[in-house]
Amino acid sequence: MIAFAELLDRLTLTPGRLAKIALLKRFFASEADPDRGWALAALTGSLSFPTAKAGLIRALAEARTDAVLFRLSYDFVGDLAETVSLIWPAAEAAVPPSLTEIVTVLSSGRKTELPGRLAGWLDGSGPSVRYAILKLITGGLRAGASARLAKTALAEFAADLGQPGIAADDIEEVWHSLSPPYLPLFAWLEGLGEAPASGGAPVFRPPMLAQPLEEADFAALDPAAYAAEWKWDGIRVQLVRTASGSRVFSRGAEDISAAFPDLVDVLPAEAALDGELLVIRDGVVMPFAELQQRLNRKSPAAKMLRELPVGVLLYDILFDGAEDLRSLPFSERRVRLEAWVARHPAEKLRLSEIIPFGTMEELAALRAGARAAGIEGLMLKRKDSAYVPGRPKGLWWKWKRDPHTIDAVMMYAQRGHGKRSSYYSDYTFGLWREDGELVPVGKAYSGFTDAELLRLDRWVRAHTVRSYGPVREVERGVVLEIAFDAAQLSSRHKSGVALRFPRVARLRWDKPVAEADRLGTLMKLVGGGG
Amino acid sequence: MTHPSAWLAVRPEGLYCIPGDFFIDPLRPVGRAVITHAHSDHARAGHGAVLATAETIALMRTRMGAGLEGTQLQALAPGEDMRLNGANIKLVPAGHVLGSAQVVIEHEGARVVVSGDYKRAADPTCAPFEPVACDVFITEATFGLPVFTHPPAGQEAGKLLESLRMFPERAHLVGCYALGKTQRLIGVLRGLGYDAPIYLHGALIPVCDTYERLGVRLGALLPATGAAPAEMAGRIVLAPPSALADRWSRRLPDPLTALASGWMRVRQRAKARGVELPLVISDHADWPELLRTFDDVGAPEIWVTHGEEQALIHAATQRGLTGRALRLIGYGEAAEEEAA
Repeated sequence: MIAFAELLDRLTLTPGRLAKIALLKRFFASEADPDRGWALAALTGSLSFPTAKAGLIRALAEARTDAVLFRLSYDFVGDLAETVSLIWPAAEAAVPPSLTEIVTVLSSGRKTELPGRLAGWLDGSGPSVRYAILKLITGGLRAGASARLAKTALAEFAADLGQPGIAADDIEEVWHSLSPPYLPLFAWLEGLGEAPASGGAPVFRPPMLAQPLEEADFAALDPAAYAAEWKWDGIRVQLVRTASGSRVFSRGAEDISAAFPDLVDVLPAEAALDGELLVIRDGVVMPFAELQQRLNRKSPAAKMLRELPVGVLLYDILFDGAEDLRSLPFSERRVRLEAWVARHPAEKLRLSEIIPFGTMEELAALRAGARAAGIEGLMLKRKDSAYVPGRPKGLWWKWKRDPHTIDAVMMYAQRGHGKRSSYYSDYTFGLWREDGELVPVGKAYSGFTDAELLRLDRWVRAHTVRSYGPVREVERGVVLEIAFDAAQLSSRHKSGVALRFPRVARLRWDKPVAEADRLGTLMKLVGGGG
Repeated sequence: MTHPSAWLAVRPEGLYCIPGDFFIDPLRPVGRAVITHAHSDHARAGHGAVLATAETIALMRTRMGAGLEGTQLQALAPGEDMRLNGANIKLVPAGHVLGSAQVVIEHEGARVVVSGDYKRAADPTCAPFEPVACDVFITEATFGLPVFTHPPAGQEAGKLLESLRMFPERAHLVGCYALGKTQRLIGVLRGLGYDAPIYLHGALIPVCDTYERLGVRLGALLPATGAAPAEMAGRIVLAPPSALADRWSRRLPDPLTALASGWMRVRQRAKARGVELPLVISDHADWPELLRTFDDVGAPEIWVTHGEEQALIHAATQRGLTGRALRLIGYGEAAEEEAA
């Protein structure tokens, strides 16, 4: 467990991708089965323990520490596992458990045994190992290494052992047919076994992504070579059905079937389709805010399934039955997709329409005029492009609408979680109502540099009017220029309006707060989204 | 006795002793100041009469330039009693940095200790903290949360030496505050037997020179500016924390960034600063040291100047002590965060 905890610490603090891969490789080479397999499962988010939750950890910590001091410490550190790992009273003669021992106990499901075992492990460990154990339990292990990076490291690990033919995408394509601690996978990578066969399981294929379109790229584009589609404002998904089952995957290879039971069986025939998941009510695509409520639920209740019905606008077809179509050009895949949909009509599946256009100017006008709530901009896809995993250059472009901006006043600041915990990095901002009252309209926590964050953090500490736990109410003294993609009516804010993806565009230290925008200015943008 | 709350007041300039007519570590220029130590948030420029230890006065002069440290300077040796208007005062070592002192004030039968910033852990570059029994103990609370336990400085410095062995081709760039942290880290490294030259960013050199002049031996030190980059591979290079991500560090060979600070105990702080090797070394008391100090001085009342006062006052109350937050705004900002 010490090696795993050290790996986590190093991954968290090492900035370079290559250095991270080197650390992962060294770990896979030096640790034995099944510990390394369990570690891989933890790093890729493939472990979850139903019996062990944050509540248990909190209860254990509170039994050993003072409740007030625990709360204040948690407010400061901003992360439960780290707080407990640091505040846990040190024990003499520490002997930490192995990763396999931890996994065995946690997955045994013997609830009554767990608190005692966990306390024993924490007593036996230093802060770093404690942190790793607690992160395993809460499932919040963000190691600074994505699942994708782990697979890249596995491919390089295999190459170092004389198996250069295994690419990260090869591992990706068998991944969802494997389970921890991945003994056949490691055997394959080490040249001691055959490639694991997916065995007809519904597996994920790495998706093709688009590059953002910049002004500079504009002139070089030949409009005749491209097809245009709306860029829908939902989440990109892959729907897969094979003889042995159906799955819904996020674009990050995560199996999200449990969160979308209403989509799992939506494919009437075997295929792998690429599309955008959206809330669609009576045929109309709803704003992202509605989908957000579904995304917050790992297993939604029946009421939610009824009130927030989802569907998929289809972009592409990867497999028709068992036939791999990815090497075909986009235009041919589109014909196959249209034919497939005609053959297998389904209420929750619709084609994402192709938008006819002649010139780039025409397309720019379409983009500027798009008002529908669910549209984020345009996609341009080369008609001759094969379906290439990753973000290949020059094949697909995304062309987002320009954001709106408003000048708002900072009202409250809160310590961030994650990378910016213990800094005041989350800012609630407001606009002036006609009666002169400042009302909150949203919260932003990105868009500024680290240097600007330090200055804001210092400003917040020096200009606090009142504290409410981790939240500080501040003097009205800073104008934040906020960029956002859309404004929607909402009952969550006193102002009655909510913003889509608000972020700080600029700090307006120069601007007097009285000159910030009025709420009425924002209300004019509601609904249209554009 | 007259309760100290009748003769010690919090004013906009800072903590004020009424019978003595002086401020302690005032935040704005005043006529008469007693200074606990030379860090910039405690020792500000532009006062009239200044009373401090000889080392603090020397370090203030180094930092500010002669003439800005005050118009009438008076050095008071640690342990010596002195009458200042209607109060008796004495300076006692605080263990924070060279010259740092607690201010012991007696008036009408009551004794108050203003500790300034302090630590209890060993430091080869300054005199250790001496507990003084008192009626009111005024403390900082920079690390006033139970998550802060500083490991022994030697253990942390050992991590740096181990990393040098693992990456002999990389310059090890360590962020450390110019006054106190730099010299302590050098002293601890020398104590571990590391006698190679240590390279210094220009901002650290004057204070190191002053320490040497005051009798603290730091071994071979070389300016990093002007040194050939290849020469610094596998060497320790010290710089102010603000220089870590600066253009200055780009000329170093494949630098590995470390930072010596008590805040490095929280990994997200290390991450936010882009630190690859966090070294938990602090010149402030950690949580166990704060509580141990309350026991050692036996004061029934604890006043907290700055930091995480809420938790510390709660812990004091649980020990049957009376806690009070002075909320002195201006300490622990900017420079001091880096010094911690």
